[in-house]
Amino acid sequence: MLNDQFGDLRDLYQEVILDHGKHPRNHRHPPDANREARGDNPLCGDRITVYLTLGEDGVIRDVAFEGRGCAISTASASLMTEVIRGKTEPDARALFECFHDLCTKDDAEIDAHGPVDEDALDRLRVLSGVREFPVRVKCATLAWHTLSAALAGAGKISTES
Amino acid sequence: MPDAHRLRGQTHTTHSSHSSHSSHRPALPPEPYDVERVRTDFPILQRLVHERPGRLGKPLVYLDNAASGQKPRAVIDAMTRCMELEYANVHRGIHYLSQQTTDAYEAVRGKIACFLNAPSRENIVITRNATEAINLVAATWGRTFLEAGDEVVLSVLEHHANIVPWQLLQAEKGFTIKVVPCDERGLLDLDAYAGLLGPKTKLVAITHGSNVTGTVTPAAEIARLAHHHGILVLFDGSQTAVHMPVDVQAIDADFYIFTGHKLYGPTGIGVLYGRKSVLHQMPPYQGGGDMISAVSFEGTTYRPPPYRFEAGTPPIIEGIGLGAAIDYVESLGRSAIALHEHSLLERATRRLEQIEGVRIIGTAPDKAAILSFVLDGIHPHDLGMLADQMGVAIRVGRHCAEPLLARFGVEATARASFGLYNTIAEADALADAVLAVKEFFR
Repeated sequence: MLNDQFGDLRDLYQEVILDHGKHPRNHRHPPDANREARGDNPLCGDRITVYLTLGEDGVIRDVAFEGRGCAISTASASLMTEVIRGKTEPDARALFECFHDLCTKDDAEIDAHGPVDEDALDRLRVLSGVREFPVRVKCATLAWHTLSAALAGAGKISTES
Repeated sequence: MPDAHRLRGQTHTTHSSHSSHSSHRPALPPEPYDVERVRTDFPILQRLVHERPGRLGKPLVYLDNAASGQKPRAVIDAMTRCMELEYANVHRGIHYLSQQTTDAYEAVRGKIACFLNAPSRENIVITRNATEAINLVAATWGRTFLEAGDEVVLSVLEHHANIVPWQLLQAEKGFTIKVVPCDERGLLDLDAYAGLLGPKTKLVAITHGSNVTGTVTPAAEIARLAHHHGILVLFDGSQTAVHMPVDVQAIDADFYIFTGHKLYGPTGIGVLYGRKSVLHQMPPYQGGGDMISAVSFEGTTYRPPPYRFEAGTPPIIEGIGLGAAIDYVESLGRSAIALHEHSLLERATRRLEQIEGVRIIGTAPDKAAILSFVLDGIHPHDLGMLADQMGVAIRVGRHCAEPLLARFGVEATARASFGLYNTIAEADALADAVLAVKEFFR
């Protein structure tokens, strides 16, 4: 009944997304964070802050976020924090590139980005439903753009800029 | 069902015959508002949405009228007829078609004047949209008369279009912007407003109706208080001119603004009403053809208002369309439309109030048919997208009114806005969609 009512949106709002949207993981402000950035999607009113604790060896020791957006952006941020911890900055960026392709391209079009953590990418695949809904791509990638800004020390990004 | 069709067909015929000759006929006794007949005037309402091979579409429940209105057959036909039979450039042709088009276009100016009860067609400046109308006032009147030390009073209810033009000018001139607050219901604080007015205040620019809370502001009182200090008043009527009768003389506006596309007319045309004495003090807006009396390299003289502010080829086809839209709306009667839309607003409000977790943003007693709300634990963006799958088109986000959303402490809202063709069943469809979305996220 609900499946019929909401048509293809069941593919977008999978159980994992609903779960992470409702109960986001790592939704906190780590006291020892040494990098942070704010992400803003003014179109729909999503605002999040991503916190990083970057070790001297360049490994992301901890990653967390605050703020709430739509189910897609919250779930994406939550999943991101789970797959990014323990990665180096280049690994995290490579994963973002693959994830971005996942959200915007058909499987056939996705180019190889060199070695990435395939298990992590598999976990993120649950968000690939956004590719059918272009207006939601920004929701799914907001946390990752914000992470990227935090890694670069940029402090603040907006999806409209 | 066959009976209903027959009845619809009959009333439709009566309706179209008296709308096209409305000016030559004595006033007819008021008919009950027949929304089903009205709906047949809008081709787009017959279509389905989300239709795909192998999947049935859903009927369109269009509740985004505050963003833009759909177009009745009368508007579509008038614009087509203009392009097919009666089109040339205006104000400069000696030939037959140019004269005919000029007459038709200038007749629309007269229609707009009547629509607002303006003293004369010379009060009516035609712009590209409401935003340009406000920018026009800022760029001409504002740039001439505002200076450092002056104050401009806006309200927290404003759309960005009535904030940013003043900020742009403020950066140039250095005047101060003061903001009238509103209460929890979305009502302007008139005591605070009165307190903001003083010898430094040069302009009050306030919405006549909020596009988020739906609040209709007490325009006559706002103008009275401002005029007591000799301050000019501009009203942004984008949300009100479409929902209720507006009389610029009764409210004593110095400027009044609305837009064509929300009035079921075309995009690309807006209206600035200006008090004659004020328009005459204002320098030109843009330079070009049509706004000049004589041009030489030694010096150029400008035409009197309203033409002084209308450089270049105007929106001719859009003007014809707006004229048809005004005729159409007047044929239904703005009071009748307002009454109908209020019944929809009341129904939807009552239904939403009964849903646990719904918070309505804007509960003023006098509202345009706009219903903003948030749903506990569910982001408006998700709500809007899921409702859309059910065919219910609403707007979600910040509605170009970020200060107002901040005032209510929300990042975004869902907004349903009703138009003259919406039905009680559609108000119910909104509430049913909200319930279904709640269930989805449970």
